[in-house]
Amino acid sequence: MFKGKKVIIIGERDGVPGPAIARCMMAAGAEVAFMTTECFV
Amino acid sequence: MESQSQIKKLVDERGKDDLVVVLGASDIEGAEIAAETLTVGDPSFAGPLAGVSLGLPIYHILEPEVKAEIPEDVYEESAGIVSMIVDTDEVAQKFKAIRENLA
Amino acid sequence: MAVVVKECAYALVHVPNFVRYGSKPIRDISVSGGHGGDLEKKIYAHVRSFEEAVAYPPNQVFVGNLHPDALHDIPQPWYEHQVKDARKDGPFGEILAEDQFYGWMKAADDFDLVWLAPEFIGRIRDRVASHPLISEADLSKLGSGVAIGKIIDKINDDAALPLFFDGEVVGCLRRDHDADDTLKAHVLMENLLTKASGALVMRHLFKRAGIEPGDVDFILSCSEDAVGDRYNRGGGSLSKAIGEMCRCVNASGHDIKAFCAAPIHAIVDAAAQVEAGVYDRVVVIGGGCLAKIGMKYSGHLKNNMPVLEDMLGCIAFLITKDDGASPVIRLDSVGKHNIGAGSNQQDIMTSLIVKPLDRLGLRMIDIDKYATEMHNPEITLPAGSGNTPLTNYKIMAALASIRKEIDRSAVDDFVRQRGMPGFSPTQGHIPAAVPFLGHAALDMKAGRIKNTMFVAKGSLFLGRMSQLSDGLSFLLEANPNIRK
Repeated sequence: MFKGKKVIIIGERDGVPGPAIARCMMAAGAEVAFMTTECFV
Repeated sequence: MESQSQIKKLVDERGKDDLVVVLGASDIEGAEIAAETLTVGDPSFAGPLAGVSLGLPIYHILEPEVKAEIPEDVYEESAGIVSMIVDTDEVAQKFKAIRENLA
Repeated sequence: MAVVVKECAYALVHVPNFVRYGSKPIRDISVSGGHGGDLEKKIYAHVRSFEEAVAYPPNQVFVGNLHPDALHDIPQPWYEHQVKDARKDGPFGEILAEDQFYGWMKAADDFDLVWLAPEFIGRIRDRVASHPLISEADLSKLGSGVAIGKIIDKINDDAALPLFFDGEVVGCLRRDHDADDTLKAHVLMENLLTKASGALVMRHLFKRAGIEPGDVDFILSCSEDAVGDRYNRGGGSLSKAIGEMCRCVNASGHDIKAFCAAPIHAIVDAAAQVEAGVYDRVVVIGGGCLAKIGMKYSGHLKNNMPVLEDMLGCIAFLITKDDGASPVIRLDSVGKHNIGAGSNQQDIMTSLIVKPLDRLGLRMIDIDKYATEMHNPEITLPAGSGNTPLTNYKIMAALASIRKEIDRSAVDDFVRQRGMPGFSPTQGHIPAAVPFLGHAALDMKAGRIKNTMFVAKGSLFLGRMSQLSDGLSFLLEANPNIRK
């Protein structure tokens, strides 16, 4: 599903933050194209 | 969503090929709004994606289908505790619907 | 020696005519018809009256007329279930009306930045003078005003921002440099509102504590602002500016910057300074944040509800040596989110809660109450921003269940018993756990609870210098003299 894909990551501070999703995606064989973490408050 | 202009620029520059989006918001309604913005355009019509449909496939890190793609130890450490407090089946259902609408 | 939170003060300032100047509304209005255009009209059709703002249950909790747990029993939406006979004054401070606040703005203005029309000054003078914390010196700074024609010219020709009351232009706030972006009118407006509202709550603090301003040694501002000039953007000090306005002639101070976690950092720093004997009385002060006003207006309009982000929130704490009665800050309890700790929720909560408790030999269930970011969910949920306190409490409960302190089926009880509904205006630093400090102090003095853990997070990544987030926590305990 993610192998060889380039991912745009939009994490959330109070949910799953960007760097944590990035770690998952790289472990799933994807490349990170863009990563950010949002703070909704 | 604060980052929509950066994402639009990225898509304009590199094209949509091989690009997927993964979200991490703990509030599912909030995640749905972000997903809508990035697929069919900004519903508040206030941002750079107002009226712009990027049409990117979009996933949530808390979907069981996504979890299955990730080594268990990495997933547990990164998202384990948040997956405990969110109805992940509901997330799966909503994001599947968003992707199907897109297709 | 123990260090205590000797006194707390809280105030809210109702600023409906400044909703247009929040960071989000000002940007959106400028591309949607500008002043007088459709969007501004739409927003102003949903702005609350002062009476509605006063009777709004979460605001009553903020100034101490209601306990946070009382919100469990008030049906939502809270804006449709107003508190009957609500008072603008509360045990912790007050809710201030905008006409009076214009007087505080002028009193805070040492550079003739705010020009008010003579007619408007005439209209508000008695109201400003009637405020118990306004002095003759403050009142004299209202001056005689500037002719409205000159104000309009300043707005049209020199990038001053119009000031409104009841929808009419009653003055302007001018820039103080024609090329320095850090001294343009909008930045100076943000900073001046923080200073004025900070001074309001600091004066409440002195009144409550029964101390003279000259008794204060040091001031730490944890406000969200960027006071400075183009050679040192954000480098300035609101601590001394607010202290000067409150006649703290024997104090110095500096500002603490840590995004939304700043109040916790400031309280821990203040407690350490007192414990070390550097200073005896330190004030932690947080003025209101204009940038956050109206931030989620679009979600509120979509749901046809009032634009609830129309309040500047302000906080003040007096940190001193043990007085034998006030709650104690356990300096051996500080939980910090280390640079190498990782950014996911489990890492953060372990750093801030589990590690310090383990160090003290306490379990999570030994803590009677947890205060986290106390954002009012009624403001955030309609904008798709979730219910921050509830999410945090659920994660805490999940941690407690992972640690086998509670059964998984007891998660909801943990959240209800040890958490509380969010009641703070969404002002970034203001909700940072400390809105509960005043309530906690009263609950501890009355023997209702023995301790509270204060936990706040900060979004460092927003500044684009690091992907890190931040957090800090401390444990507050009832004074041992009371526990005996």
